[in-house]
Amino acid sequence: MKVSLFITCLSDAIYPRVGEAMVRLLAKYGISMQFPTVQTCCGQPAFNSGYWKEARESAKTILDAFEDSDFVISPSGSCTGMIHHYPKLFENEPVMLKRAKALESKSYEFTQFLVQVLGVTDVGAAFPHKVTYHPSCHGSRILGVKDEPLALMKQVKGLELVPLPFAEDCCGFGGTFAVKMADISGAMVTEKADHVLETEAEVLVGLDMACLMNIAGNLRYRNEPVRVMHLAELLYEGVKEA
Amino acid sequence: MSGSHQAGATVKARAELALNDEFLRKAVKFTTERLRNGKKKASEEHGNWDEWRERGKQIRLHTIAHLDYYLNLFVDNARANGVHVHFANTAEEAVKLTLDIAEHANAKSVVKSKSMVTEELHLNHALESIGVEAIETDLGEYIIQLAGEMPSHIVIPAIHKNRYQIAELLSKEAGYTLPPDTTALAGFVRKKLREKFLEADIGMTGCNFAIAETGSMVLFENEGNARMVSTVPKTQITLMGMERIIPSWEDLEVMATLLPRSATGQKLTMYMSGITGPRRAEDADGPDEMHIIIVDNGRSLQLGDPEFQELLNCIRCGACLNACPVYRHIGGHAYGSTYSGPIGAVLTPSLNKNIAEWDDVANASSLCGACYEACPVKIPLHDMLVYLRRRKVESGNGSKLESIGMQGFATVMGNSSRLGGVLRLGKLGQKLVVRSGVIRTKLGPLKGWNTYRVTPSLPKESFRDRFDTLDQELKQGLKQMDPAMQSRMEQLVQQRKNNGDSGKGGHGHG
Repeated sequence: MKVSLFITCLSDAIYPRVGEAMVRLLAKYGISMQFPTVQTCCGQPAFNSGYWKEARESAKTILDAFEDSDFVISPSGSCTGMIHHYPKLFENEPVMLKRAKALESKSYEFTQFLVQVLGVTDVGAAFPHKVTYHPSCHGSRILGVKDEPLALMKQVKGLELVPLPFAEDCCGFGGTFAVKMADISGAMVTEKADHVLETEAEVLVGLDMACLMNIAGNLRYRNEPVRVMHLAELLYEGVKEA
Repeated sequence: MSGSHQAGATVKARAELALNDEFLRKAVKFTTERLRNGKKKASEEHGNWDEWRERGKQIRLHTIAHLDYYLNLFVDNARANGVHVHFANTAEEAVKLTLDIAEHANAKSVVKSKSMVTEELHLNHALESIGVEAIETDLGEYIIQLAGEMPSHIVIPAIHKNRYQIAELLSKEAGYTLPPDTTALAGFVRKKLREKFLEADIGMTGCNFAIAETGSMVLFENEGNARMVSTVPKTQITLMGMERIIPSWEDLEVMATLLPRSATGQKLTMYMSGITGPRRAEDADGPDEMHIIIVDNGRSLQLGDPEFQELLNCIRCGACLNACPVYRHIGGHAYGSTYSGPIGAVLTPSLNKNIAEWDDVANASSLCGACYEACPVKIPLHDMLVYLRRRKVESGNGSKLESIGMQGFATVMGNSSRLGGVLRLGKLGQKLVVRSGVIRTKLGPLKGWNTYRVTPSLPKESFRDRFDTLDQELKQGLKQMDPAMQSRMEQLVQQRKNNGDSGKGGHGHG
């Protein structure tokens, strides 16, 4: 059984700790994650900006990387969501289209895999902190990942989950949107961070480092000490401490 | 026509005006929140909301797929009811038809109920140009008409104004000071409009749905003004987009379930009028003469286009505006056209052949998908925004700078060793700008991002640098997998093989 890590370029480059937490957590269940190094980026920045030729160049590395995998797990609903767009991206290339559909059917976001495939909700973690959760748009809307992270957090001992007001509103990242429409994006992330602060949570948790980088960037800009983590990190830290 | 917020050539410039207008942002947030919560409550109380959405979508898909048939059926039936039916290919044709009818009726004034299609045609100005007074009788439309602005929301045209601003506008019209009290303000408008209804030669309406099987038109409204418009004046002109058709009254039940709940959270609007032809001998009221002008104006561009045909399914409820986190901050005028919000960002370029011109509107979205989730007929607006961007790039109208950047992206991301090289370079280069683990400089490409945030720095080791060591550590003493877990995974793999790896693995609904 080949379980592969689709690290995503962002976690690879900036947040390797998220990949490490995933790999360590799954090792607890006897899963040795494989990491094909030919993978780069899912191609979303180019795809969403309308540069599909360029997106295909990048997407091909993902198709190559996971050709032989049985399960492809990523720490991002957005990047896994991008794989769901591959059939459209390669709709005019029959061979690639077949590979794209095959990859789509075996790709999972991290909590989706943990809960839906492994059937795990209690990882045996303790995390005695006040936590709020931002559900990222692509994970929850494209993949339908809504209950999985909540089920996992519910089993964490000592974790107090405080609802985030307007949780389902986008944080304003949107890839190149944050650069092209910087002021609109800035207004959105500022409001999102305001809501995080309203909860008085010590920790903001999520399933997508792009959104979390955006919100954390704003919190840090304002010198707010809220800790921002991926759920995989929180769970792994909680397991160590339990 | 242009009010203060329509200034600015790009959506960015227009958005900046809105972002600096605290009154506007507060007013838009207040009302969209109210509408969004109302919709949420109404759809939850209804139960089976998603099934009804799917029914609504299927009705719209079916109708649009057979639009020629249902349009003909509608026209035949409407004519049999005594309605004069006209077709307009373009906005100019629609305006000319309207003006001809007005001239023929020797009209001095027209009372209008709310209609987005007449806004699209800029009909009020055309009427005024031949000396016919056009009066909006929907409260919100009346307010923006006085202000000389475009609607900033499909359902709530004056959403961007608070009651103090409205009181100021209406006081000017009244010639005395009105209190910023909603009841008093509405009272003034009611009295004022009552006279206009009685004087008007023509009543002009839009059309929410046109029922093919009987040639009837249906209007949803809350103020009763559309009923006045369609009963008092001697002549009625209805303007409708060619896609407003549904096959039957039975289908209307589904639409009447979806539209008010999605628009305002109401189970039903205060008035729902079905009009089948002009006044008959036995009727107490109604127009003697009734015209329906069916407008294309770019709509047929979407027919047969697999990426955009579903746009014609839109029932103009405005739910996507209320759900949109971008609209929430910039309001409707920033979109620069009659239709705003996510639907406007797609519809405006699509109704115009010149995609290039409208590109910046399609960029004003984070592609979060809230519009799709809110849509009662499930139009994938977030996908369409990407298709618009792609068409712009493919037609050679993309930004030069971005195009170079994306070629660079493809070069680096097309090969993992090049990506590794770039990361190593980045680690060296960032030494110049990293302070306490983050980058705060507002120079160059980081300006936009760092005006609101800090940028994280690259850690010493990327994941790909770290993996081998991690893997070796974990492989020692890796425990056996739980047999139940293992067999579930094997089953899934087998299932996929049986399905021929056909995609749609049952997880996610993208």
